[in-house]
Amino acid sequence: MSDLDYLPVTVIGGYLGAGKTTLVNYLLRNANGLRLAVLVNEFGELAIDKDLIETEEDGLISISGGCVCCSFGGDLIAALENLSQMQPRPDHILIESSGVAKPSAIFDSITLLKGFAADGVVVLVDTETIRENANDKYMGDTILAQITQADILLLNKCDLVDPQYISENANWLTRQNPKARLVKTKHSVAAPEVVLESFLGRKKTTEPHQLADQMASVNLIPTTSLDATNLARTLAEGEFGLVRAKGFVTDISGDKMLIQIVGRRWAVTTADPKFKDGVVCLGLKDQMKPIDLKSLA
Amino acid sequence: MNPITIYAAKKIITMNPNQTTASHVAVQEGRILGVGSLEDLAGWGDYKLDQTFAEKILLPGFVEGHAHTMEGTLWRYVYCGYFDRMDPNGEVWEGANSLDAMLTRLKQAETKMTNPETPLSGWALDPIYMGNTRVSRQDLDKVSKTRPIGVLHASGHILNVNSKALELGGLLKNGINHPNIPLGEDGYPTGELFGPEGMAPVGHHVGFDRALSDSDEQGLRDFAKLCVRTGVTTITDLASRLEDDCVEAMLKVTSENNYPARIVPLQVFLGATAKDTVEKVKRLKKLATDRLRLGRIKAIADGSIQGFSARLRWPGYYNGAPNGLWYTAPEQLAELYRLALADGVQVHTHTNGDEATEMVLDVLGPALKEVASPDHRFTLQHCQLADTGQFRRMKKLGMCVNLFANHHFFWGDEHYRLTVGPERAMRMNACRTALDLGVPMAIHSDAPVTPLGPLFTAWCAINRKTVSGRTQGEHEKISVDEALYAITLGAAYTLHMDTEIGSIEVGKKADFAVLEQDPTKASGDEFNAIKVWGTVSGGRVFPVADL
Repeated sequence: MSDLDYLPVTVIGGYLGAGKTTLVNYLLRNANGLRLAVLVNEFGELAIDKDLIETEEDGLISISGGCVCCSFGGDLIAALENLSQMQPRPDHILIESSGVAKPSAIFDSITLLKGFAADGVVVLVDTETIRENANDKYMGDTILAQITQADILLLNKCDLVDPQYISENANWLTRQNPKARLVKTKHSVAAPEVVLESFLGRKKTTEPHQLADQMASVNLIPTTSLDATNLARTLAEGEFGLVRAKGFVTDISGDKMLIQIVGRRWAVTTADPKFKDGVVCLGLKDQMKPIDLKSLA
Repeated sequence: MNPITIYAAKKIITMNPNQTTASHVAVQEGRILGVGSLEDLAGWGDYKLDQTFAEKILLPGFVEGHAHTMEGTLWRYVYCGYFDRMDPNGEVWEGANSLDAMLTRLKQAETKMTNPETPLSGWALDPIYMGNTRVSRQDLDKVSKTRPIGVLHASGHILNVNSKALELGGLLKNGINHPNIPLGEDGYPTGELFGPEGMAPVGHHVGFDRALSDSDEQGLRDFAKLCVRTGVTTITDLASRLEDDCVEAMLKVTSENNYPARIVPLQVFLGATAKDTVEKVKRLKKLATDRLRLGRIKAIADGSIQGFSARLRWPGYYNGAPNGLWYTAPEQLAELYRLALADGVQVHTHTNGDEATEMVLDVLGPALKEVASPDHRFTLQHCQLADTGQFRRMKKLGMCVNLFANHHFFWGDEHYRLTVGPERAMRMNACRTALDLGVPMAIHSDAPVTPLGPLFTAWCAINRKTVSGRTQGEHEKISVDEALYAITLGAAYTLHMDTEIGSIEVGKKADFAVLEQDPTKASGDEFNAIKVWGTVSGGRVFPVADL
């Protein structure tokens, strides 16, 4: 599906220490041929793992596998424009927002840009410190805002606390943001297709990632035309254990439609008729309801 | 032996308590050889007596501790402000006091333009004074439908654009859903764009991109002209990205023989780690010259009060607006402070709301325990809403403060009515409290946000008048002498430069503000009318008339 003409952009948010940089490095390691471009708010010495870096010049880090990384320092729009003009063009842009940023502000800005598509907001939460941080005198409201702006919440560092506490935190997060889908992670290891839409429906990475067991996917292949908007809304809002979905259907109007779902956010747009019908649905294995899902198509 | 020039003056106000006034000052090698009577100074040897200032009042050259060289660049655009304002060439632009007046002015500028694609840019618009009129794209379309037009508000937080500019930025369409881009009844953007996020897609099509904050050569020269016209000899560029080409331009221009100002640029802490920022500034410090004082850092804690992006403590904004934004996390600031203290690099930190000020105080305390640093002089910039307890803590921690006296005049009424309410509006920019508690204090213009002019800034701090003519916060007024100290030695102290500038005494730089009237004889409300003849910078004489 890489010949869609827009360039998808995903915003990765979360407070300092939540694991954003670790997640970015994990995705770069597992890009598996997808050319990722990473925009970071600041270049620290630890931004990108040393062994991933091939060259570094003029503020642009080239990473093995055709990925790149640069800092946007305050001029996000210019940095995005620059990336979109690179040859070959990146397949997907990730923005690692600063620890104090409100990710929805970045997401909203992307929606204004021609040639880009705002994929979604993925926010990491440090299970160990989140409750304390959410009560912080200064940063508490900023951290809560980050949580409420997420489409997908990654409850990270689950290896550091006991299961009881994880589940308490999961419940608490769901109360803070009932519209987000929650995925538990350790060491920021989230299946790439959870974080980036572009991985959905691609062949599995060669390196079997540790969380493959956690996720399941279902392919919906409609045999007839259907109400695309209705399907998208049902997938996004229903309780099927979905985290993301993407694919094409033939609408009752006869038009080919692209359906995109991230968390509970959904979008339906007209697409080229050349695409084959089929929607890949990604969800958590223990919550996924394949039979209910299949009944929708 | 280098020649000695002795200047006779009607009066020299020295800011040196051992000799508060004098009649003559001797200058050699750009420095003050001596101050006193002609007889006192004759003992230094042969001299040339210069009567240029025989009818003038000399003060130490004014020090502006918070301004931006961008003021020089902006004057290439059309001034759309409400108040009369002087440009670098001395022309006073009459305030545009209505929407029609502003549109007429833009139209006049537009008809002079030859290339139809060049954007028309205006600045300093402030609809608060035009009955809060909302300017729309249709209004600006009356100036031109084919040329992109953008007018930046005085606050810097809002940009008004016409339809052509929206079209170029890809925003002239239905269905935009963005909190910073209001839509009209027709479903299209009204042309008002809020904050960096709203402005970003269009700004570069109308001459307002981020590069604007980096001074170019002409901008630096124009900026210095404004300094001469306002009696300023040392001035900060408070938050520059200081990229290589910018540093090069600054080094080049400030080293020109006739460059009349000493520039103190601060590296903004944004988009790089604390470690990299401190390392960069240490490197830049080695490039510093007498007229380009590289080697300091500016951090930004929060936003602005009138933009509702400042961080306020309970009970928050008077109109119920949600609390503002953090620009830097406490952990990042803590790391910056530790590293900077360890390397002897000074950090100035922007805080507007009192919660931001509190955070900085909370973070600096532990950093100072880790890295004992007598005389660090870390300075809070703006610090508009601080309360008495916070000033006590500043004193204990060895901090300085640079209060935004001009802001009180221009936006005081808005703070009273809308942002923080009467009680807190009265305590804003608490100069009296700072001085009473012994916090070293300066006052500033934040040019181009408000006009450069330390005498006007002093007037603001002395009178605490707002635009509507009310005195707001009687208790926080300061005296004429205290205000003159704040715009000379007070500001020099916040830059660690008080041993070389800020007073007229032996050994210091021969930096003078040359005035037509004696400010100590003027009543506080007459300060505005005092005329500046020019400056002396490092012994070089710069009359306004020769600019």
